[in-house]
Amino acid sequence: MDHRSALERILRAIALTAIVVFFMFPIFWIVLMSLQTNETILRSPPSMSFVPTLKNYAAIISGELDSNAGTMSIHFMNNLLNSILLSVFSVALALLLGVPAAYAFARHKFRGSEDIAFTLLSFRFAPPLLVLLPLTLYFQALGLANTYLGLVWVYQLICLPLILWIVRGYFEDISPDIEHAYRIAGHGWFATFRKIALPLAGPGIAAAGLLAFIFAWNNFVFALVLASADKQPVTVGALAFVTASGIQYGQIAAAIVMSIAPTLLLALWAQRYLVEGLSLGAVKG
Amino acid sequence: MSVQADMPVLRRSSRLSRTLLPYLLSLPALLVCIGILIPFVTAIYYSLQRYRMSQPWNRGMNWGENYLNFFTDPGFWNTLKVSLVYAGLTVGIELVLGLAIALLLQRRSRVNNFVSIMLLMPLMTAPALAALMFKLMTNPNFGILSYFMQLLGFHDFRWASSPNTALLTVILVDVWVYTPFIMILLLAGLRSLPTQPFEAAALDGVPRFEQFWRITLPMLSPYILTAALFRLLDSIQQFDIIYAMTQGGPGNRLMVFQVEAYLNFFQSTNVGRSAALLMILWAITYALSNVFVKNWLRLRERAKGGA
Repeated sequence: MDHRSALERILRAIALTAIVVFFMFPIFWIVLMSLQTNETILRSPPSMSFVPTLKNYAAIISGELDSNAGTMSIHFMNNLLNSILLSVFSVALALLLGVPAAYAFARHKFRGSEDIAFTLLSFRFAPPLLVLLPLTLYFQALGLANTYLGLVWVYQLICLPLILWIVRGYFEDISPDIEHAYRIAGHGWFATFRKIALPLAGPGIAAAGLLAFIFAWNNFVFALVLASADKQPVTVGALAFVTASGIQYGQIAAAIVMSIAPTLLLALWAQRYLVEGLSLGAVKG
Repeated sequence: MSVQADMPVLRRSSRLSRTLLPYLLSLPALLVCIGILIPFVTAIYYSLQRYRMSQPWNRGMNWGENYLNFFTDPGFWNTLKVSLVYAGLTVGIELVLGLAIALLLQRRSRVNNFVSIMLLMPLMTAPALAALMFKLMTNPNFGILSYFMQLLGFHDFRWASSPNTALLTVILVDVWVYTPFIMILLLAGLRSLPTQPFEAAALDGVPRFEQFWRITLPMLSPYILTAALFRLLDSIQQFDIIYAMTQGGPGNRLMVFQVEAYLNFFQSTNVGRSAALLMILWAITYALSNVFVKNWLRLRERAKGGA
């Protein structure tokens, strides 16, 4: 592989640069925008030289935004808190429900297990609105409309299939002989599950949990349909921001940066797990 | 499937609890999902009704009428066409780009590693927020992409607000977000390929271009198929990017299935038509997901068998 020509190396470097620019530029530009005032944003031609300011972030955090029509109060921090609550509790519930079920599917071939597992997976692929639209009517009848409980439950639609299928793959990779030996030593199934299976599948569970968190955080349509303003996560909140006329562009950009930062940082921190989870256990390596 | 046989007979657990255990373990997950199945059945029921929330007195079963009406409904054919074009173009572009990038990054090196971590970032961005980012970037007053277009000589390039370029704009966002997904899957696939065929080909002096067509591509094809099907399933249901960008407009230029169904339900309150639209989308995705799952399970088997 070392007999590459100089030309090829140069072409390769150009291609890699182009790739990084294409995929990183929007994020870079939004961050730049969030550090500018409206005056510098609206300059023509656009320029990279400006005195950075944190005013936009301060405005978002205080909830008092400058618009053409004076000060407007929009509590974006509330959206951020909703995103955190919804994602954390949805993943926690999905792990609690999904890991034992994944273990059952991996270890015991019981009647209908493949059908059930496939049905659960097929939720991942069904059009979400198909379930959400009738659900709005049920939620109103059940008093679950616009509650965290109702939303966390519906978020299982994203989190549970993901956890079930990724974790199941990891459980299947553990040789049953190890568990077998532990049980012959006189331990019950629960001790075996807790002391042997869970730790061995740990990386898989972590990968699945991380992915589920990111998907829950990035979800848009569930909360758009089922939550009103005070329960909306950042994805829906930011849309209201852009359509509310006259808000300063730098403040919109700051809100977007604050909304995407948590998942991006999480991804940087745990990229190895993520890549493995994202390849769906289809390929190990 | 390499599902292991039941645990052998053990002294401590009774026979009954052993047969019940797997059901008990998966029961909570199932119960949560049954709660989700009920609205699904309700949607089928609605799709067979004449049901407008604005005309509650007029509600009643009309059986297949909502579906039959689609045949003569230009709005439906527009939706079907836009959805298929969107899914086809996004997945096609993302496959070509994703494969090209995966090939570039195949060798493990520090630079390649850095690039692939950077590529994770768009994928971790919420698609709805990505659409908003591009909305700012294509703003006619200060958007940097509008400015670039001016430099290229297009002085009135209106991106998502023009019917001619709206589709291109949302496809650009989709490509930005999801190409890295295909790249990650194909890169993992490339790195798991056996090296012997390539070494043999190099010894025989087979040109690299030929190696790609004759060895790499055929060996990689199961991975390509899995990635393509997975993306196709998502892309034909795209809602976030399109809704956040234009809500289906301008006109009905971007009225894909889910956006159309959403607006039918909440704006024109035509529940029956909305449900019927979603049922058709569901039928398409169900067929695709069956093919996908079969293909994916086979791939998993191979990955395990080869390891």
